[in-house]
Amino acid sequence: MTTSAAVQTTTNRLTFAAIEAGQGLNAALKQPPADALRQVAFSGLRGRGGAGFSTSLKWELAAKSAGERKYVVCNADEGEPGTFKDRVILADFADLVFEGMTIGAWVIGAAHGIVYLRAEYTYLRPHLEAVLQRRRDAGLLGSAVAGQNGFAFDIAIRMGSGAYVCGEETALIESLEGQRGEPRNRPPFPIDTGFLGNPTIVNNVETFAWVTCILAKGADWFKGLGTEKSTGHKLFSVSGDCARPGVYELPMGITVAELLEEVGGEAAKAVQIGGAAGQCVPAARFDRTIAYEDIPTGGSVIVLGPQRDLLRMSRNFLEFFLEESCGQCTPCREGIPKLLEGVELLQNGRCSMTYLEELCGLGETMQQASKCGLGQSAPNALLSIVEHFQDEILGRVVAKRPPARRERTA
Amino acid sequence: MLLTERERLREELLQLIGQIGRDRSALLPLLQEVQRKYCHISEYCMQVIADLLDIHPVEVHSVVSFYSFLDERPQGQFVIRLCRTATCDMAGKDHVARQLRNDLRIGFGQTTPDGKFSLDWANCLGMCDQGPAMLVNERIFTRVTPEKVHGILAECRQMFGAHATSSPKERQI
Ligand SMILES: Cc1cc2nc3c(=O)[nH]c(=O)nc-3n(C[C@H](O)[C@H](O)[C@H](O)COP(=O)(O)O)c2cc1C
Ligand code: SF4
Repeated sequence: MTTSAAVQTTTNRLTFAAIEAGQGLNAALKQPPADALRQVAFSGLRGRGGAGFSTSLKWELAAKSAGERKYVVCNADEGEPGTFKDRVILADFADLVFEGMTIGAWVIGAAHGIVYLRAEYTYLRPHLEAVLQRRRDAGLLGSAVAGQNGFAFDIAIRMGSGAYVCGEETALIESLEGQRGEPRNRPPFPIDTGFLGNPTIVNNVETFAWVTCILAKGADWFKGLGTEKSTGHKLFSVSGDCARPGVYELPMGITVAELLEEVGGEAAKAVQIGGAAGQCVPAARFDRTIAYEDIPTGGSVIVLGPQRDLLRMSRNFLEFFLEESCGQCTPCREGIPKLLEGVELLQNGRCSMTYLEELCGLGETMQQASKCGLGQSAPNALLSIVEHFQDEILGRVVAKRPPARRERTA
Repeated sequence: MLLTERERLREELLQLIGQIGRDRSALLPLLQEVQRKYCHISEYCMQVIADLLDIHPVEVHSVVSFYSFLDERPQGQFVIRLCRTATCDMAGKDHVARQLRNDLRIGFGQTTPDGKFSLDWANCLGMCDQGPAMLVNERIFTRVTPEKVHGILAECRQMFGAHATSSPKERQI
């Protein structure tokens, strides 16, 4: 199986397509690691995996962290419902990702890179291995990267085994170490206590690809795009009720309405932004912007047409979290089934306002008391639907089932 | 299981460990390889792997039970995983699910008596722009309709035999 299924995804014009392999890496290796890092810092790049942590700060801390062995890990566990841009990047622009990892290794002083690829994307592996081999043959990976004596770096691919929570960086490291994918307490952070106790940077696929572009085209270029706090462009995975679903590169700070126009989703009554962990934005608020300072997202945009039942979606998400929770901490493990029960009550038109308020209180507790981002964000979708769509979810009249045939003929 | 089969399996696991490694971080790649080859990870396998890695068998079991792509029970030659997450749901996954049940005569979480097919749900497969999506082993199918189900199953049945990686007998071990 080739990558053809991945290629079928519609995209607009992507910057990645205009970057020649080698451009970014060559530029980086011409400067001392600290200067390359300064470029990333000046660009203002923040993590594209969702949390939006400053990439340069993470790298700086890892560079300063004491340790002989350091690791560069690419998070290719893409499991957030509605996200598929990393699949497209891996299928079409793997060179840029590996190059970004190599630049990261140069900056922090690492010799080992690992791509953690989700099991669902196993069909991409042969292609990725081939690209890696090509880079080794070209001397871009190995004992002296691009002829640079003293800079050894290579990349291995490790597979996931079907667990969404392993996308959380500490759970990912646990999984690499041969453990259950249960998130760790943070701190300590991976930048000093990562894979096998060594300093490790974990970044999203898209983050690495942008680093390569920044080194190739200059930090000024990137900084000039987007908003002040959310610089650059971002890839969005757009699905649902729109004319042109696909992967779109758009500037940070774009409004929801502008995005919908681009993808042919103007008729939407709401948009779920950020996947199951994200929020449901009603049409009245389509003037809001997608950026770290307003609506942050790893790129998942699900367009919801007028006919869509938001409770059904919210239930779907909670069932997803119920299955994917690692069960380690109480707010998440016990809270998710309670929220799910609540949605069922709402669906059956049997939820009192008092109980709904209690559910929202529980959701807020989960946001604060859960150990990792999964439990912290599991209530988000429901809470935003309760906030914006009370008329739709309260007092539902459930259609009576038609009597069973046996009774009718009797 | 015959003693000789156990010995053969132990030999194979030893070989695998020679290739992949003996430290704890080799555990998942090892288990993934066993799963691929034998369509599940038997108690005996877990025991041997634990011995060889010098960890408690419970440790191995706790890892196997955590991951949804690792199974303790024998799975079919073809594991079908239909995406049930939001956009595939919106795109009509329920209809595809029903047709899969009808054509395979099993429910989700079950394996056909001949050991050819297992049917399961998957969470988001990352094909949200082309739903409903479905994995058959490592292969992805998109825009699946109830109509297309029959053809996909027929193709699998045809491949069965020609490209089978393990015999039903191996699945028992
Ligand atoms: C439950 C959960 C799942 C996550 N899944 C992913 C994922 O699939 N890909 C990803 O890049 N980051 C994911 N993250 C975020 C990572 O923990 C981490 O922040 C990210 O890999 C850092 O990379 P970045 O700074 O380049 O975005 C997830 C977080 C949580 C809490
Ligand atoms: S919040 Fe949920 S997924 Fe995260 S550690 Fe707690 S139980 Fe596990």
